[in-house]
Amino acid sequence: MSLTRTIVVWSPDWPVVAAAPDSDSGDKPVALFDRGRVFACSASARAEGVRRGLRTRDAQSRCPGLVVLPYDPGLDARRFEPVVTAVEALTPGVQVIRPGTCAIRARGPGRYFGGEERAAQAIATRLRTLPDCRIASPRVGIADGPFAAEQAARATTQDAPFRIVAAGESAAFLRDLSVDLLGQPELSCLLHRLGLRTLGAFAALSGTDVLNRFGPIGAHAHRLAGGGDTRPVTARRPPPELTCWVDFDSPADRVDQVAFGARRAADTFVSGLATEGLVCTTVRIAVMTEDGPGLERCWLHPRWFDAADVVDRVRWQLQGNGTATDTLSGGLTSPVVRVGLIPDEVDPIGAHASGLWGGGPDESVHRALSRVQSMLGHGAVVSPVVGGGRGPADRQTLVAWGDRPDPRWRTDAPWTGKLPAPAPTTVFPVPQPALVLTADRQPVGIDGRGVLSGEPARFCPTGRPRSGGDLQPVEAWAGPWPVSERWWDDTSARRLARFQVVGADGSAWLLMVEDGQWWTEARYD
Amino acid sequence: MFEHVFEHVRMTVSPLVTQLRQASYGSTDPRRHATAERLDQARRSAERARRLQGERISERLLDILPALASLLPDGGLKLGSAYAVEGSTALTAVLIARATATGSWCGVVGMPEFAAEGAAGLGVDLDHVVMVPEPGRGWINVVAALVDALTVIVIRPPGHVSDAEAARLGARLRRREAVLVSCGPWPRCEARLTVSQSSWIGLGSGHGHLRARQVEVTVSGRGTSMRPRRTPLWLPDACGQIRLADPTATSSAEELSVVAHDPSAVVFEAVG
Repeated sequence: MSLTRTIVVWSPDWPVVAAAPDSDSGDKPVALFDRGRVFACSASARAEGVRRGLRTRDAQSRCPGLVVLPYDPGLDARRFEPVVTAVEALTPGVQVIRPGTCAIRARGPGRYFGGEERAAQAIATRLRTLPDCRIASPRVGIADGPFAAEQAARATTQDAPFRIVAAGESAAFLRDLSVDLLGQPELSCLLHRLGLRTLGAFAALSGTDVLNRFGPIGAHAHRLAGGGDTRPVTARRPPPELTCWVDFDSPADRVDQVAFGARRAADTFVSGLATEGLVCTTVRIAVMTEDGPGLERCWLHPRWFDAADVVDRVRWQLQGNGTATDTLSGGLTSPVVRVGLIPDEVDPIGAHASGLWGGGPDESVHRALSRVQSMLGHGAVVSPVVGGGRGPADRQTLVAWGDRPDPRWRTDAPWTGKLPAPAPTTVFPVPQPALVLTADRQPVGIDGRGVLSGEPARFCPTGRPRSGGDLQPVEAWAGPWPVSERWWDDTSARRLARFQVVGADGSAWLLMVEDGQWWTEARYD
Repeated sequence: MFEHVFEHVRMTVSPLVTQLRQASYGSTDPRRHATAERLDQARRSAERARRLQGERISERLLDILPALASLLPDGGLKLGSAYAVEGSTALTAVLIARATATGSWCGVVGMPEFAAEGAAGLGVDLDHVVMVPEPGRGWINVVAALVDALTVIVIRPPGHVSDAEAARLGARLRRREAVLVSCGPWPRCEARLTVSQSSWIGLGSGHGHLRARQVEVTVSGRGTSMRPRRTPLWLPDACGQIRLADPTATSSAEELSVVAHDPSAVVFEAVG
């Protein structure tokens, strides 16, 4: 079997580089912890004596200024993605060994750049100037087979960031390295106890004996140790580009222009996802204007987006406030030059496929509501959600159809001072001014201690009465139920008292008095 | 299709009826026999059409709370017809409560003041309710679009509804087997429910809180086919239930029993 000449690109302490927030912690000692033990640490922490596998307390006692961060494998892999893309831009066929380390077949780039040394230099320069995630000192090792190449990369130093092991020299290069590098703790522990401390000593054993004693895993380790790593470099398939961008050569300043321009991109977007067997359930729409980045917003969909839905979302985002207008609003001040459709969440198409006889009644409901939404705007069709709060208007939230139904206030709090059941059946979106008078026709007032100036005797729940005849006698009443809300916040602090009042005609009302003014909040009708 | 048959037949019948009436007064007309025969024929086909249409509609009723079934002329809300409720949002909510709870979708159009919590307290499942608070001038198109998919539409008409508009929507309702409940007058509605009297229990002068309400619901049917009927109803009673009030019980005794069974009484003391 032939050996694959391999380039391995290694970024030292990758988990720390990925987890460090941008650039501010340049030389602060940082350590990542996984289940209470050090998983990775920065060079400055290592200089203080922090080692992999130490307990949190020990690490902190060795280095008191240690920045402790949790290890997040997802973040690790996510941050490595632009690095891989950058390497792929130089040379195709990149295999990610683990986040921080990737392998490339050396033959192509070696010829293209005119030598392996130059290829290594080109890759390192590219990574050093990467805009999103700068890798201060990328290391490159070139040898026969991925294992030897990786060891070559790890054998580099900051001053000599490349190590090229000539073809056929790999076994000699590996000879003096420790058996711990095989990455099999149990096996290397046993080898140590057998007195086999270097890869060379292990490789000197007969292959048949190793296979008999240690099984196929041991035999594989034996081949690696002898520089006979025959594994090929399996290039990953670059992930498909699913984001669609529309550019407007002459900037568009009308909603219908932009929506028309986005129509074709929406088709491409949806069909591109469909080719991959995906449907989009959350789309992020980015709008760039002449002045720079305009606005970006996520749109959820109760099912999945088809092209018309995406175009609708673009239109609604530009209309801003959810009403149907033709001019740009929603915080846009200059014409639109670019619109991006970015799939935020995707699902396999199979999870959403409709049945043979259609998708059931909810699909038709959704279609009809979407149609009304495209007639009136996104915010015109709402689902009511009951949440927490004290006043009846606080307790209900209207969520636009398709958005996540989260109430404004959390429901699990006790909300002492909320109204007893039954709840009113009519809640005025804007409280109506009301009038409440005592028996001698004086307005009823309330002092700071919640004491009324007189018993309510006559009232007018809807607006100011034109004549005395509009006032009706109070049949029964209860209150005041004082509420002092959010006093710690000047902008939303409220101090009011609520009353239930039944008129002589049997109508029941929820009134409130705030700053001496009476309001009708709701009606029990 | 049935509807067209029906319209056509009715158009044929009415001039014939007039003819016959005229004929019966002048009794010696030789054409009278032929006319009567034609009238008979027309009446038969009209009946057949009505039966076809009637079977289609009256056999299917919307789920409704049992207390309300006895109120309505057909014992429920007929799919494909319109109803008018006047003077009470709670009564509207109660009418649609069972339907939403059994999975039918309900749209509330033109009622920004529709209270979600109050409706939920009367048994409405809010997961199956969508609202279009401001349908604008084209509200009739919005309703038509909603009728296509939703089972119940609750609407507060923003102004006068012409007979032609009501007829057009009515045809659509019949085709889609939906029910329209209007919070306000609606031309050619199947039944009109009016809350004519309402008395609350639980509120004193300066103490207590609203607990239960007894209303008198007046139901009048289409045209003069049904005499207006008044029914006393708890909307809701102290346990939050909707039930018919017992007219024989004296009101004070019933009040006492209501308060005795009130589970929220203790809670209320703490709040008040």
